[in-house]
Amino acid sequence: MTRIDSPPRQPSRLARLPIIHQLHQSVGLQRGMLVAGLVITTLFVLTAILAPLVAPYGYSQLRGPDGVFGAQQPPGGAHLFGTTVGGYDVLSRVLWGAQTALFVIVVAVLLSIFAGVFLGLVSGYFGGWLDRVLVVVCDAVYAFPSLLLAIVMSIVISGGKSDLVGGVMAAAISITVVFIPQYFRVIRAETVRIKSEAYVESARVLGSGNIRIMVRHVLRNATRTLPLIFTLNSSEAILTLAGLGFLGFGIEPTAASEWGYDLNKAISDVSSGIWWTSLFPGLAIVLVVMGITLVGESLNDLADPRLRGRRAVGANAGLVAETSVVPGGTLAAGPGGLDGLESAPIHPSDGEAIS
Amino acid sequence: MTTVATTPAAPAAGRAPTTTAPKKKGSGGGIIRYIVIRFLLIFPTIFILVSMVFWLMRTTGDPITAALGGRLSADQLAERVAAAGYDRPILVQYVEYLGQIFTGNFGTTISTNRPVSEVLLTYGAATAELAFYALLVAFIVGIPLGMVAAYWRDKSPDASLRIFAILCYATPVFFSGLLFKLIFAVWLKVLPVAGRASTSSELQMQLLPGKTGLYTIDAIQTGNPAVLVDVLTHAVLPALALGLLTAGVFLRLVRTNVIGTLGTDYVDAARSRGVSEFRLVQKHAYRPALIPIITVIGLQIALLLGGAVLTETTFEWKGLGFMLSEFLQARDFVAVQGIVALLAVIVALSNFIVDIIAALIDPRVRY
Repeated sequence: MTRIDSPPRQPSRLARLPIIHQLHQSVGLQRGMLVAGLVITTLFVLTAILAPLVAPYGYSQLRGPDGVFGAQQPPGGAHLFGTTVGGYDVLSRVLWGAQTALFVIVVAVLLSIFAGVFLGLVSGYFGGWLDRVLVVVCDAVYAFPSLLLAIVMSIVISGGKSDLVGGVMAAAISITVVFIPQYFRVIRAETVRIKSEAYVESARVLGSGNIRIMVRHVLRNATRTLPLIFTLNSSEAILTLAGLGFLGFGIEPTAASEWGYDLNKAISDVSSGIWWTSLFPGLAIVLVVMGITLVGESLNDLADPRLRGRRAVGANAGLVAETSVVPGGTLAAGPGGLDGLESAPIHPSDGEAIS
Repeated sequence: MTTVATTPAAPAAGRAPTTTAPKKKGSGGGIIRYIVIRFLLIFPTIFILVSMVFWLMRTTGDPITAALGGRLSADQLAERVAAAGYDRPILVQYVEYLGQIFTGNFGTTISTNRPVSEVLLTYGAATAELAFYALLVAFIVGIPLGMVAAYWRDKSPDASLRIFAILCYATPVFFSGLLFKLIFAVWLKVLPVAGRASTSSELQMQLLPGKTGLYTIDAIQTGNPAVLVDVLTHAVLPALALGLLTAGVFLRLVRTNVIGTLGTDYVDAARSRGVSEFRLVQKHAYRPALIPIITVIGLQIALLLGGAVLTETTFEWKGLGFMLSEFLQARDFVAVQGIVALLAVIVALSNFIVDIIAALIDPRVRY
C-alpha cells in the first residue's frame, strides 16, 4: 500500500533460494519456529542416512554377543529403550525407522510432484473438456479420506501383503495417489493465472510453441508455492505411512523398521503397563512430523501478508503476496481451499503496511 | 477468559489497516440455483469414487480368490467364483455393481456371509457417535483457544498455543490414543481401557425394544444412570484422541481469521469508537471468523472418518473403522469395497450440506 511503486530490491541469488529467503524474512517467534523446524528436520535426515552407524543393533536383530535379547525387557543396560514383544531392540528400530520414513517421503513426494505438476500444467494450460474432467476427478479424490484411499491403493499394489522392498514402494505409491490432487490443484490454479499474463501472450506472438511456453514461461513461475506444499505433504506422508502400518499394511519387521507397525504391536503391551514399546516409536513420529510441520507452517505464514511478523518486508511484499497459497481462488467444488492452508475470504491484495 | 480484561490491550495504534477487497464473483445466481448446481455435483463425485474403488480393487483379481485362495481347491474355487458371478465380463459386473449401489445393495461379505448394508447399519451408528463426540471436543477446545491465540498475537500464549496446535496435528491418533490409555486407564485407572460399554451395560441396552445403536441414546432409554455414566466414560478417551486432531486445525483457523478480521475497516472503526480489544475479539472479529470454519468442516469430516478408522482400532470401538480393519485382515474385499463406497457417499453428502450452510451464511460463497 505504501511502497507499492518502488521496485523490489533484488537480493543475492543465495538469499532468493526458498528456505533461505524465508529465513531472512522472518522475525522473532516465527524465526524461532522456522529454525527449530529446520534443526529437527536436519536431525531426522541425518539419522536416516546414518542409521547403520548410529543404531546399536540391526532392525531385525534378535540376538547379540551375549545371546538372545529377550522379549519386553525394560529400558536400561544393553537396551536403552528396552525390547519389543518380538524381541527386537526398540532404540535400533526407532533409528532405522527414520530411514524407512525418509525413503517413503522422497519417493512419494517426488512421484506426486511429477505427476501432479504435469497434470496441473496440461490441464490449466489447455483447458477444455480434459481440464473439466481432471478437475472433477481430482476434487472427488481430494475430498475422500486419504487413509482409505491409501488402503485401497496398497491392496492394489501389494495385494494387502507386506513383503520386502515392495512394501515400502507400495506405501510410497499409495501416498502418491493421495497427494496428486493437491499438487494438481495448486499448479493448475497458478497456470490459469499465469496463462493470461502479458509475457505469455508476447511469447505466443513471437511464435513460441505450446511446450516451450509451458516449460519456460508457465512452469518456472508456477512452482513458487511448491516448497510449502512439499513440507506439508512430507509430514502427511509420514502420518499416512504410520497409519497404514498401524492397520497392518506396513512392512514386515524383517524387511525394514516401520514406526506404525511397531505401534500396532504395542497395543496389547499398553494394557499390561508396558510403555516403552509404544512411547518411543510414537515420539519419533511426533517429533519428525512436528519438525517438518514447523517449517511448513512458518513458510505458510510468511507467504501470507496478514500473518507475517509486523516488521514485515515492505519491498518484498509484492513478490510474496502473489504466492498466496491458492492463487486465483479455489477450484469450483468447495470454498474451503486446501486443508490447513487457510485460504481466507479476504483477498490479500497488498502486503501489510510498514508501521 | 476472565483474566483477559485485566491485561493491557494489545497495541492497536501501530497497526495500519490492510486493504480488503472483497471480490464480487459474478452478479446474478440466486441461492436456489447454487443449491441445485451443488446438488447435481454430488452425483459425479460419488460415481467417480465408487467406480475408482471398483476398478482398483478388481485389478487384484476376484474377491473370492483373494479371500479363500489358499484354503480351497481349484475346482471348489472356480465353483464359488461362478456362483457369485465373478467369471462374467468385468464390464457387466461393473454395470451391475453400479445398479446395486443405487438401490442400496453393497453385496455380501465373504468372511461372515452377511449383507454389507446390514454391517453398515449395525456399525455405522458407533462411528457416527464417535465422530460427533470428537467434533464436540474439537469445537470446545479449538475455538476458544484460537481466540486466545489471536488476542495475544505473537506473545507467549500465542506461541505455546501454536505449538500445541502443531502437536495436535503431528500426533497420530493411535499414538495419542495409546498414551491416553496408558495414563488414564492403566496407571490412574480412572477410565476404561477399551470398548464402547461394559458387558453388563451392553446387556441392558440389548434388551431395549427401540434400540438405535447410538449408545448414548440407548443408555438414556434404559433410564439407568449407571449405564449412561458407563457409556460416557468409555467415550471420553477415544473422543479426546480423535477430537484433538481436529481441534488443532480449528485453533489455527480461528486464530488466522480473527487476526485477519481484526485488521478490517469495520473493526478499526469500532476500535476508534473506544471498543475494548477484548470485546473486539469476542464480538466483532469472532463471527466473521467462524465462516471459514464451517466451510472447512466439510474437509474435516473426511479427516475425521480416516482418523476414526485408526481410533476405533486403538480402542476396540466396534464401528465401521474397526470392522474395516477386521475385514482387511480377513482379506474380505467385498466388505472393504462396501464400507469405502458408503464412506464416499457420506463424505459427498456432508460436503454438500456444509457448502449449502456456508452459502446461506456468507453470500460471497455463492457463484
